[in-house]
Amino acid sequence: MNKLLASIVPAAMALVIGAGYAFAASYPINKPHEVDWSFAGPFGTYDKGQLQRGLKIYVEACSACHSMDLVAFRTLEDLGYSEGQLKTLAANYEVEDGPNDEGEMFTRTAVLSDYFPSPFPNQEAAAYANNGAAPPDFSLLAKARYVERGFPQFVFDIFTGYNESGPNYIYSLLTGYQEPPAGVEVPEGTYYNPYFIAGPALAMAPPLSDGLVTYDDGTPETVEQYAKDVAAFMMWAAEPHMEERKQTGFMVIIFLAIFASLMFLTKKSVFASKEH
Amino acid sequence: MSSDHSTYQPTSGVGKWIDSRLPLPRLVHDSFVSYPVPRNLNYAYTFGGILMVMLVVQILTGIVLAMHYAADTAIAFESVEKIMRDVNSGWLLRYMHANGASFFFVAVYLHIARGMYYGSYKAPREVLWILGVVILLLMMATAFMGYVLPWGQMSFWGATVITGFFTAFPGIGEPIQQLLLGGFAVDNPTLNRFFSLHYLLPFMIAGVVILHVWALHVTGQTNPTGVEVKTKTDTVPFTPYATVKDALAISIFLMVFAYFIFFMPNFLGHADNYIPADPLKTPAHIVPEWYFLPFYAILRAITFNIGPIDSKLGGVLAMFGSIAVLFVLPWLDTSKVRSAVYRPWYKLFFWIFVANAIFLGWLGAKPAEGAYTIMAQIGTLYYFGFFLVILPVLGLIETPKRLPNSITEAVLAKKGGSGGAATAAASSENRG
Amino acid sequence: MTQSEGTGEPTRRDFLYIATGMAGVVGAASFAWPFIDQMNPDASTLALASIEVNVESLEPGMSLTVKWRGKPVFIRNRTEEEVAEARAVALEELKDPIARNANNADAALATDLERSAGEGKENWIVMIGSCTHLGCVPLGQAGEFGGWFCPCHGSHYDTAGRIRKGPAPTNLPVPPFTFVSDSVIKIG
Repeated sequence: MNKLLASIVPAAMALVIGAGYAFAASYPINKPHEVDWSFAGPFGTYDKGQLQRGLKIYVEACSACHSMDLVAFRTLEDLGYSEGQLKTLAANYEVEDGPNDEGEMFTRTAVLSDYFPSPFPNQEAAAYANNGAAPPDFSLLAKARYVERGFPQFVFDIFTGYNESGPNYIYSLLTGYQEPPAGVEVPEGTYYNPYFIAGPALAMAPPLSDGLVTYDDGTPETVEQYAKDVAAFMMWAAEPHMEERKQTGFMVIIFLAIFASLMFLTKKSVFASKEH
Repeated sequence: MSSDHSTYQPTSGVGKWIDSRLPLPRLVHDSFVSYPVPRNLNYAYTFGGILMVMLVVQILTGIVLAMHYAADTAIAFESVEKIMRDVNSGWLLRYMHANGASFFFVAVYLHIARGMYYGSYKAPREVLWILGVVILLLMMATAFMGYVLPWGQMSFWGATVITGFFTAFPGIGEPIQQLLLGGFAVDNPTLNRFFSLHYLLPFMIAGVVILHVWALHVTGQTNPTGVEVKTKTDTVPFTPYATVKDALAISIFLMVFAYFIFFMPNFLGHADNYIPADPLKTPAHIVPEWYFLPFYAILRAITFNIGPIDSKLGGVLAMFGSIAVLFVLPWLDTSKVRSAVYRPWYKLFFWIFVANAIFLGWLGAKPAEGAYTIMAQIGTLYYFGFFLVILPVLGLIETPKRLPNSITEAVLAKKGGSGGAATAAASSENRG
Repeated sequence: MTQSEGTGEPTRRDFLYIATGMAGVVGAASFAWPFIDQMNPDASTLALASIEVNVESLEPGMSLTVKWRGKPVFIRNRTEEEVAEARAVALEELKDPIARNANNADAALATDLERSAGEGKENWIVMIGSCTHLGCVPLGQAGEFGGWFCPCHGSHYDTAGRIRKGPAPTNLPVPPFTFVSDSVIKIG
């Protein structure tokens, strides 16, 4: 019996190792870069300045095509804006409301309780205007993109608390546009990007260029900086309660550690007189 | 086992009054205070208590989430996001519920592994074991339907694939699938009934748990030696001994649980489920939640026709069979010795079984092609071989180690004392 | 187990058990809080706490009902006769002599001025249209006092929304509101 096993186990292991090379045509072609985010790790917090810059990128460079349906103007207070500033921002948008007394829908200036209006009336219109590929909504994108890390990396990720796959991916995609290597044909109307998760090229043209958006805090106006800032902003949009979550978690773990220690001493004391 | 008469003695007048009308305090006292448990239970025996806590956590968080969730395809996704963004502590409750499902399965798999290692399924505990398998099945159904509710891409396509299993059965398959879906594809009627059932099933689980605990208290716990309790010295009262040990294990388990809730809340989930369901676009890799992966690997391992059974039906049968085989496990194991501690060969095969289950889980997450399929087939072969060949044969040919005469003897021997002489009179124990 | 045998003195062991028990109680209580708090109004509901209403087209004698926090709010541009009628009522005749106006002092008396939108806007009255008896919506320009009448249990309110007859205990409450401009009222 164990002879049989002795032959099966190495064979199985050889297969496992071989399998890693068997499917090279998986995407993305390049692994995402690992950016040093302020919100990484158990004590990480959002950099408000960065989020504000990211919002600016979204508003000026992305929102013409990408919606952000789930984010309300009121929640942008987290980014460090005052109510007045947000009212001014919201007033730049028109939202549909109604029906009025006459039963007609009408548009009005957005207020704090409104959500970012969509650039397109519906998914079909969005797809039609963009060569059939509707630009994804920004609200949850940073949590909706995950690039496989493979074994054993995904086990280590538990201990290092790696939750930044989404923003890393977004950053890498935005900075990853390049000329296709020789011999690679890119379909008409798509752009080669080895960081794209679903193929060698994507329908979105490079959306950022140096100097595209003006920063008023002296931060360099480069594609790399833009990509970082908007990815951080998108992480916030997807997980607005992250800081509260980590703070609560810290307290809970401390409490449980104390409770478990007390419980350990209690258990020891209860069992002290008993062989077991 | 224990003496059958109750040791509960109400002291107050009110206590006596109640006791002669509804002896609930007596039941609690007899079941969770004076109830005798083997004195040598180790931490592997704390998962029952942990599972009890997890069931309560899931039901409590589930009830409050249902106060905010809307089971309608048009707004289900948004209602979940509203919980995450706007509801007070909503993100906490939802992350608890989502990760709670995973930790429920972590605990249940460890609980099952403990049962298999120490032979807890053997006579006279067959019914106890079968009730446990029923709970496992109910948990799987509950978890699957719960995963559909957020109405993300994985919810939708997971539901499509899993209800598609039934189409494998010739003739009756499609009518059954349509009955389950309430239509020709996963849609609003499906979501509504899944919500209803997802709310119902946990209470059925709680009901079966009561039967499970009842059956446990009739036969008494097993213990790492597999030798039945013989005298009073073999046991300790449930409270405080088992209570504090369980409480310690629970608080450590909750610490790991809390780490995931607060610091890795999406690690065990799937990123695609943050994309709203789109019936026209399938994600590149449809992968079930991790706790279904071994079964998923078995499903996909059957790529060949077996006589009149085509590969599709074969896969579905193999997958259902992988759980169904657990029902007959008490009769497949022919060994007279319970615990793996005294069965060197069984111990080896058991650990290979555990490794194989993890291996199958890993394969379940990989694409079903090339070498992965062959590996899954080898894993599936071992899975069924373990139950259908190794267990029956091993019981007949394996020479077990000498069993201790009693639990007390085993405990004292472990402590370096010689309990052997004291209990030498006890009959040689080989069946328990 | 709470006391060591014999002496009756609490021991280190007892202290440990009590501390563990207390920690358990504290933990359970803090665990319970999110489950209760989740039932409070959520952030999106609170964000809708104020609305702006355009009353430009509301001529004297006309009224408007808007929804604020899920309840109807009556906005009425009263005629001069209605104002005069309300002013003529002596405070002693009122069942509830308190103004119940969230914009004024808590103890303010229920004169017509205190009930209305104030100096210069005396013709305007803004009230939550939910009968103070059991919450039905009273009908406008009805009842014995020409104000509002609740059909559920027969409460009569006058033209200033003060309870005059019937089971309702207090005047219709005035929500916090301001005139943002001459034609726009912000409620909440």
